[in-house]
Amino acid sequence: MKKTYKVEVDCANCAAKMEEATKNTKGVKDATLSFMTLKLKVEFEDGVDEKEVMKEVLKNCKVVEDDCEIYL
Amino acid sequence: MNKKQKKILQRIIISIVILIVVTILCYTTKLNQYVEIALYLVAYFVIGYDILKKAFKGILNKQVFDENFLMAVATVGAIGLGDFKEGVAVMLFYQIGELFQSVAVGKSRKNIAALMDIRPDYANMMVDGQLEKVDPDDVQIGSEIIVHPGEKVPIDGIVKEGHASLNTSALTGESVPRDVKVGDEVVSGCVNMTGVLTIKTTKEFGESTVSKILDLVENSSMKKSRSENFITKFAKYYTPAVCYSALALAIIPPLVLLVMSQPPRVQDWIIRALTFLVISCPCALVISIPLSFFGGIGCASTNGILVKGSNYLEALASTKCIVFDKTGTLTKGVFEVTGIYPSAGYDQNSLLYYGAYVESGSNHPISLSLKKAYGQKIDNDLVKDIQEIAGHGVQATVDGHVVFGGNMKLMKRENIVVDQVHDEGTVVYIAVNQKYAGCIVISDVIKETTKEAITGLKHQGIKTVMLTGDSENAAQRVANQVGLDEYHSELLPGDKVEQVERLLQQKGEKDKLAFVGDGINDAPVLSRADIGIAMGALGSDAAIEAADIVLMDDDPAKISQAMKISRKTLKIVKQNIVFALTVKAVCLVLGALGIANMWIAIFADVGVMVLAVLNATRALRIK
Repeated sequence: MKKTYKVEVDCANCAAKMEEATKNTKGVKDATLSFMTLKLKVEFEDGVDEKEVMKEVLKNCKVVEDDCEIYL
Repeated sequence: MNKKQKKILQRIIISIVILIVVTILCYTTKLNQYVEIALYLVAYFVIGYDILKKAFKGILNKQVFDENFLMAVATVGAIGLGDFKEGVAVMLFYQIGELFQSVAVGKSRKNIAALMDIRPDYANMMVDGQLEKVDPDDVQIGSEIIVHPGEKVPIDGIVKEGHASLNTSALTGESVPRDVKVGDEVVSGCVNMTGVLTIKTTKEFGESTVSKILDLVENSSMKKSRSENFITKFAKYYTPAVCYSALALAIIPPLVLLVMSQPPRVQDWIIRALTFLVISCPCALVISIPLSFFGGIGCASTNGILVKGSNYLEALASTKCIVFDKTGTLTKGVFEVTGIYPSAGYDQNSLLYYGAYVESGSNHPISLSLKKAYGQKIDNDLVKDIQEIAGHGVQATVDGHVVFGGNMKLMKRENIVVDQVHDEGTVVYIAVNQKYAGCIVISDVIKETTKEAITGLKHQGIKTVMLTGDSENAAQRVANQVGLDEYHSELLPGDKVEQVERLLQQKGEKDKLAFVGDGINDAPVLSRADIGIAMGALGSDAAIEAADIVLMDDDPAKISQAMKISRKTLKIVKQNIVFALTVKAVCLVLGALGIANMWIAIFADVGVMVLAVLNATRALRIK
């Protein structure tokens, strides 16, 4: 399953780090973050609760870039 | 500027003012040294408090090597060594650079949003006898919606009432308006320029052309190019590498000097190390490359060329071979009169007159093209006794004359002697009062821009190949007329895939092959080629889905335009990579040798970023 979320982040390098952090979150199969459109596209593993996974994703993103927001 | 940007701008101004005041005071009066330091520190905290906070949080989160950390260490280091002015200046320029970047990115985001401003906000629908504006999402298939002049068509459908001129430029980049009347299909995203239209919807909003296009363009930056991936990876190793080098620069040379029992000059080496840190920020690269691609894709969209990802735009620049489908791609795919050969006693007009009248009762493509070529209104009272002779043609009485129109078999049956014509296409022989009057040749015509497009591509050194299921004769005629390098005729769909695979093997490893088709029958070939290009996609979902690059109208000249945009975008990307890396490398070396000071380091960081971003925004304006 794929879902797209709106993101707020100020720098391109931070966006790349957030993408990496999202990819490394458990339950996420693949993720791409486009800094230009400020959209995060997440592909989830089968049978996971995407809301729970996204909470983790947000937590992990906050670690790499404190000044970011994902609109869940 | 948004709120955040305005706030930073205020902080920048405040700290600049403080810096100026301190400088003036230092020159004019004998300022107490402690007051001077205090003022510098105030300026420093005004401009840099958030960076310090972020750097601190980064350390807590074990994410040490980010740009905030670099800036914090460099500036705190400079201040610690007594270079107050440099410390404040580095932070100040860093913030100016960040602000500039954020404004530039915001602006190109907005530009592209404006280019793609085709999303309709509402649909006019009759609800309980009253015209109401409703959310396009709520309109069911088969509903009737009304579009007034100046409004966008919100949903795909068929015209039920009214006629109008539609402006399709937002979709196709084509400025010539399209006229529609009752029974015609209309696609969403066009702007109604003249009359009121009642449209019966054939799709839901989410499935309509406009939604699909917006989706496609918005998602295009998700497919990242090789250059982008390279830079992201590069940045991941670059920053820590420079940080450790800086550390080494601060520790090793003084130690070595100490061992050699010379003065270690610790302060000198720490300054050099700090200079290193300022130069090390990878921002210029990381922002300018996606920005260039985004601009290139946006620029292509305004020209009616939809690119589904940065990777395709990148691949298009290294395309060396383009394979075309014939019908509907190089040719119009509709039949038109291409030759009129009247015999003695008739001229072209009178021959067309008989041709159009005798065929006036039929809706066959051939009859339609005859009527179109004749160009005048058919007076049905003049035609009587129309008889279709299956497999042969038609017989009718036109203005009192018995007229036959049809193929050679018909002429033989009626014992009419005809002239031989040597012209490709379907020949319609006409006889009036049992005597041969001449013949009209009808064939698929080559698009006006095809020859120019092929010539343009050949000038760029691209091999052009045509694949068609059509007869050898027809294929040869087209190939010779437009000057293709290679053509293959009488191919079944499976043969086309085979041909493409053969061509894929022939080309160089790094070269790319593109296939151009109308997207209807060639989905397998479109997906087999490195880049699938579908044209004339306005209103064809299959094409939009199967292809990597979609040309909204069916003009082959758009292909060379797309290649031009792609090449220029790539050129800008390469300029940025080379420029940023060179400047940084040179400054790093100069910094290590102690030649470059903090000011040069600031240029290497902020200056390079500003220039790279400015260069990247050029991609949006490629002509």
